[in-house]
Amino acid sequence: MNRTSLYPIHKELGAKIVEFAGWEMPVQYEGIREEHRVVRNSAGLFDVSHMGEIFVTGPEAKAFTQWMTTNDVAAVKDFQAQYTLLCNPGGGVVDDVIIYKLSDDEFMFCVNASNTDKDYEWIKAESGGFNVSVDNRSREYSQIAIQGPDSGKILGKLLGEELSGVGRFRFKPFQWRGMEMIVARTGYTGEDGYEIFLPWDGGPALWESLTDAGHDYGIKPCGLGARDTLRIEMGYPLYGHEIDEHINPLEAGLGRYIKLESGDFLGRDALKKSLEKGLTQKLAGFVMVERGIPRQGYAIYNGGSLLGSVTSGTLSPSLDKSIGMGYLKSEAAGGNKVRIEIRGTAREADIVNFPFYKKVVN
Amino acid sequence: MVQIPDELQYTSDHEWVRYEGDLIVIGITDYAQDALGEIVYIELPGEGDEITKGDPFGAVESTKAVSDIYAPVSGDVVEVNEVLLDAPETLNEDPYGEGWMIKVRPYDSGELKDLMDYEEYAEYTEKESEE
Repeated sequence: MNRTSLYPIHKELGAKIVEFAGWEMPVQYEGIREEHRVVRNSAGLFDVSHMGEIFVTGPEAKAFTQWMTTNDVAAVKDFQAQYTLLCNPGGGVVDDVIIYKLSDDEFMFCVNASNTDKDYEWIKAESGGFNVSVDNRSREYSQIAIQGPDSGKILGKLLGEELSGVGRFRFKPFQWRGMEMIVARTGYTGEDGYEIFLPWDGGPALWESLTDAGHDYGIKPCGLGARDTLRIEMGYPLYGHEIDEHINPLEAGLGRYIKLESGDFLGRDALKKSLEKGLTQKLAGFVMVERGIPRQGYAIYNGGSLLGSVTSGTLSPSLDKSIGMGYLKSEAAGGNKVRIEIRGTAREADIVNFPFYKKVVN
Repeated sequence: MVQIPDELQYTSDHEWVRYEGDLIVIGITDYAQDALGEIVYIELPGEGDEITKGDPFGAVESTKAVSDIYAPVSGDVVEVNEVLLDAPETLNEDPYGEGWMIKVRPYDSGELKDLMDYEEYAEYTEKESEE
């Protein structure tokens, strides 16, 4: 079992540790709902060092990244990040990733922990015809996310004025205590925030410094539990739930990250064909009307017909309502009421638009 | 340290049982509530419902996961702790007291013979948490 550089700190903080994708990770410290709230209201600190960093470098890095990913790489400027997908030739999702463009010759792929080895093999195997090298540098990097409306003020205490120049989905290299860090304004919570890539051994120093700097803002350590409830409230997909190798990402509602006319990529033909034939199902969000919490695998019905099944669900800490996502077969869908089968009874739910949680802007 | 009162009996699914005259009271253990984390939702049978030994009679949900509650005995439900439906966190705060779930009139109390006493249960949970 793998441990991040922050593992001793998690233990000391009394975190509940679970196994996740081969890593011993904190699922919660104080409690998922409190950790969730602190991210929505001020700032939370996440250890996401288990995530993978794969580098594509060389004269053809840009062309190769375009071939490997569904989004339009030409639209990405230096020091810009882009959410995108790795697809297989059948159009299924190998992984959802964020690419960070350092230059035309160097891209960093931040990938899901559960897929790091698979992605590396996948990217490496495809790289044969390109003048690039593919390196899995996941064990060189700790990754810490600070998420929430006060993140910028807190991280700014460490990094100074320069941080405010980093816009959404942009990043910048920083020197901090003699370490090279990549500071990206990205995240997975729906809040403003940053994800910081730094040398593996630097994790604890940055964690402690952010904890101190955030003290007056009420910063708290947050585990994978809150990370999950935060992303579900935003309707963000999670690999293994909303997307996998057998799911068409257009059906997952990820069409805006798939640029079919901006250059060829793996899976493009299959995705184009699927559009011509017509999509057969669609990811939808729903809010329970009757009591119960939807969970992955529960059946979704419309009257007597089976529409599909739940992919994720939870009690939303922000809304205090049970919410879920799931696939609905197009042919049987219709209306905005469905029923979710929970422990033998079909319970009413309303179909709603994503995101479930909309930030109130003052 | 999790609490394991010596006057109760325990199942391998982490329910506890207490005798109250010819009725039995059923709840879940401190170990179970701790493993689940913050409990946000509870589902219980109604009064007059029948429960069957080994079958789930209710469910306890944390933000993260759902866990079935299994009947340690077959019988009729005579009382339900409805406080839990609106205040599920009671299960975290007082699993052996205010957090009791249902009272049952067993058909055959012989079915309760195979329950663990507190020493056996302590050993059982220790093994389980080592895994």
